[in-house]
Amino acid sequence: MSEPARKEEPEAGLDAALAKKFYYDMLLIRRFEEKAGQLYGMGLIGGFCHLYIGQEAVVVGMQAALKPGDQVITAYRDHGHMLATGMDPKGVMAELTGRATGYSKGKGGSMHMFSVEQHFYGGHGIVGAQVPIGTGLAFSNRYKKNGAVCLTYFGDGAANQGQVYESFNMAALWKLPVVYIIENNQYAMGTSVERSSATPELCKRGASFDIPGEKVDGMDVEAVYEAGQRATEYARSGKGPIILELKTYRYRGHSMSDPAKYRTREEVQEVREKRDPIEHYGARLLQRGALREDELKGMDKAIRGIVNTAAEFATESPEPSTDELFTDIYA
Amino acid sequence: MSTQILMPALSPTMEEGKLAKWLVKEGDEVRSGDILAEIETDKATMEFEAVDEGRIGKLLVAEGTEGVKVNQPIAVLVADGDDAEEPESVAAIQVKGAREETKQQAEAEVREEVARGKPAARVADDTGRAEAALADMEVPEGTELVTVTVREALRDAMAEEMRRDASVFLMGEEVAQYQGAYKISQGLLDEFGAERVIDTPITEHGFAGLGVGAAFGGLKPIVEFMTWNFAMQAIDQIINSAAKTRYMSGGQMGCPIVFRGPNGAAARVAAQHSQDYSSWYANVPGLKVIAPYFAADAKGLLKAAIRDPNPVIFLENEIVYGRSFPVPKMDEYLVPIGKAKVLRAGKDVTIVAHSICVGQIVEAAEKLAGEGIDAELIDLRTLRPLDTATVIESVKKTNRIVTVEQGWPICSVGSEIASQIVGKAFDYLDAPPTKVTGKDVPMPYAANLEKLALPTIDYIIAAAKAVCYRN
Ligand SMILES: Cc1ncc(C[n+]2csc(CCOP(=O)(O)OP(=O)(O)O)c2C)c(N)n1
Ligand SMILES: [Mg+2]
Repeated sequence: MSEPARKEEPEAGLDAALAKKFYYDMLLIRRFEEKAGQLYGMGLIGGFCHLYIGQEAVVVGMQAALKPGDQVITAYRDHGHMLATGMDPKGVMAELTGRATGYSKGKGGSMHMFSVEQHFYGGHGIVGAQVPIGTGLAFSNRYKKNGAVCLTYFGDGAANQGQVYESFNMAALWKLPVVYIIENNQYAMGTSVERSSATPELCKRGASFDIPGEKVDGMDVEAVYEAGQRATEYARSGKGPIILELKTYRYRGHSMSDPAKYRTREEVQEVREKRDPIEHYGARLLQRGALREDELKGMDKAIRGIVNTAAEFATESPEPSTDELFTDIYA
Repeated sequence: MSTQILMPALSPTMEEGKLAKWLVKEGDEVRSGDILAEIETDKATMEFEAVDEGRIGKLLVAEGTEGVKVNQPIAVLVADGDDAEEPESVAAIQVKGAREETKQQAEAEVREEVARGKPAARVADDTGRAEAALADMEVPEGTELVTVTVREALRDAMAEEMRRDASVFLMGEEVAQYQGAYKISQGLLDEFGAERVIDTPITEHGFAGLGVGAAFGGLKPIVEFMTWNFAMQAIDQIINSAAKTRYMSGGQMGCPIVFRGPNGAAARVAAQHSQDYSSWYANVPGLKVIAPYFAADAKGLLKAAIRDPNPVIFLENEIVYGRSFPVPKMDEYLVPIGKAKVLRAGKDVTIVAHSICVGQIVEAAEKLAGEGIDAELIDLRTLRPLDTATVIESVKKTNRIVTVEQGWPICSVGSEIASQIVGKAFDYLDAPPTKVTGKDVPMPYAANLEKLALPTIDYIIAAAKAVCYRN
């Protein structure tokens, strides 16, 4: 499998505050997901729970390229996206444990959370279904001429659903301000891209609609950020949709109950060692002098505190009142 | 300062497991993400990773130990001396305020519903008549009964039919190399090869339609949906193409295909993954719809479905997959499509169910017997054609009927049965036909709400008592 080239080092470096934020946001997602996995193990989270560990650079880099009012939509592997949009870790964790204080009052769970305030439109369980919906959000932006762009995330597996191509056609036809982000973590459950896709270069999937596509190293947060800036600018300028294929990797099983026998332990280990988005970025910032060792440690400690507080909140909050069973069905 | 590492739950249904292997030893330094151990669940061997950093102080459970309970401490992690934080014992986090709904509440609610619900208006139609009464296959005296899981019974049915007929093939997401998302197709790739056991991309509308075309072309596809929730992507091909073609072609050609997979609520998988499609498909002329509970029926009906020249919807249930029941050991065990089964004879009330709810009515009947109510139980097994004859015959005897299903109440299987009974056995009824169904809401995620949203044994008992005018 071809990997996009890593950026040359050393470089001038990003604004130090932004670099720190990148590192912090990625680490928050990692620690949050580790805690979620632990709570699942204790039976405090039920059903499906799809962790984002390994893919953190994707949402952190993309989110930084957005302007206020831009929207985000994704599938069920959504905890990272929510934290990146600024949703409160307490509310996200409490939704995972099915409590009244969760973002969906405990009714949605891991796969179904929304935040109108942060312009996060879910949290969708049906593979591919979010793609036309994200396209429709972009339609509303163009209709209202509000200048906003919709980031529509989907997986390599989802890239084979028919509705993706129906969306591409309409988005190109009507020049809709949408950025399609294919999170290519190389597997859809146990099926590798090579086993499911006639053309594994997913960034080219818009070719027959004249939608430009770009392949990006999704393990390099700055590369993601730069590509995100280019792509959102393109979509915002009225030129229509654009596709980014972000090469990334998930470390954990597809969901908590996937033994992941379709790949070797060595394969996972190699990615962790050679391409981990957080470890490498931390080292890079140290080398660049943007961060000191004690600052890194301090961040980790602060984040562990936030995550533990979220876990306590999520386990101490009450379950929803039984009256909630019949609410929120109709307006 | 030290932290206990607890035995993790590694699937929604796991309660205990085997600590198969330690990958660390006492004294090892670990970091988050390091693999600590291999743990065997009921379905698979899983790796278990560290979350916290530190040194393994002690291993509390020896490798190879079976039956280790979830949340039992299995090791002690010692934090690095210089950076000693608060002792954060994960065991300290407890579920707070998990509220069990009381039995009385359930009964009161059901009674109220029963009191409010008036029987549907008389409908004098004739649809849903069972085909010519079919009898279950004779199982010769002395036939050995083998206890197998429903999962194995389904696999055996497919394997037997694939051995018998080279035009039968299986297609779906993760059916081959992964051995099935729920392990129904375990071993089939090995036996039949990649030409007949085919992993598809995630493209339900596409592969359902492709299956229809393959059936038009003379093959006999078995199309697995990972769950029926995802078949909504494909429902146009199922109904417009598979179900209607025989009629539209004036009988020239049909569509011999089986669409199968788990249906209904699993555990805590929320609104988009927990729907019962029984009445949806039962509504469609041209389809046959099967929803078995017992392993023998799963096997015999799936074999019959694969041989049937019509499109068949085969609704399984994830929670039932792991249950074990006896299956006759015979070369050819077939169960007729369209025939309900009386599971228990009784004189006071008829209770009807299909799929997972059959297990509930069996339990409810035992409890009712303890209270002096003698229930007759019917497992519908097939929903279309619906065996109304068997149900009517029973109601003529008991004069009362309760139907049980997970689906929503409006236009449900129970609605149809009530309509049939009112139309055809009105004079025999001593109480309004009563439905126990899933609640009329999308499935909530929260554990307490999910419990309220599904039929329970308490609801069934309360409904049975209500139609018997007993408290
Ligand atoms: C329509 C539909 N089909 C099947 C599934 C079951 N399913 C859930 S996730 C998944 C794999 C998706 O892989 P990908 O799009 O690559 O996303 P990733 O899980 O890697 O983030 C499948 C098959 C589903 N949820 N919806
Ligand atoms: Mg993927």
